[in-house]
Amino acid sequence: MSEPTVKRFMYINRRAPYGTVYSVEGLEVALIGAAFEQDVCMAFIDDGVYQLKKDQDTSATGIKNFSPAYRALGDYDVTRLYVERESLQARGLTEDDLMALTYEDEDDDWAEKPSIRLVSREELSGLVDQQDVILHF
Amino acid sequence: MLHTINKSPFEKNSLESCLRLAKPGHDILLIEDAVYAATSGTIVSELVEAAVKDKNVYALGPDLASRGIDEARLLKGIGIVNYEGFVDLAVKNDKVQSWL
Repeated sequence: MSEPTVKRFMYINRRAPYGTVYSVEGLEVALIGAAFEQDVCMAFIDDGVYQLKKDQDTSATGIKNFSPAYRALGDYDVTRLYVERESLQARGLTEDDLMALTYEDEDDDWAEKPSIRLVSREELSGLVDQQDVILHF
Repeated sequence: MLHTINKSPFEKNSLESCLRLAKPGHDILLIEDAVYAATSGTIVSELVEAAVKDKNVYALGPDLASRGIDEARLLKGIGIVNYEGFVDLAVKNDKVQSWL
């Protein structure tokens, strides 16, 4: 039996939460991919950055608030959430507006580290180029 | 006339088209993903600020809260309404247009 192939997966999220089902579906698919022990990372560009906005409170709408589920990503070894800086700026947002998502680094005595990494458009372009599989939501 | 818009201004041109055709004095209600247009410091803020000068622009409170947008982040002159306020606007106006 050959070793299972591990591919580099990137899930690119371009849509705001709640208005459509793309973002909640994308989150579920990313978690499924990680459960199959693939090398998974996520990118948040355009309106996708709104998925990570903190203080989401859907109680008055009757819609389920799925933003706490992003906290589970670290436990599934999805430890790299790339956020495009230019997309934040276009929307009047900064890193302080985003949820504080973390993971525990097993190679560093389980130290808690931030999962969100702000990258420039150019850096993200390079990261996308390194992937084996790229899926859009 | 009441105009409702439910699309993100960064993904669709619904807001832009609506503002281009709406008349002074009209009511414009931002709902769902369109509430992002009500926030300050964005690439569409200028467009919305211009609209507020001669039109009544509102955002739906529950949709703002769902998206984690605090009232303090809204552009000046934007009113916040709840579901009852939405109904009041629909009743008050003889016509309603939904910009999809």
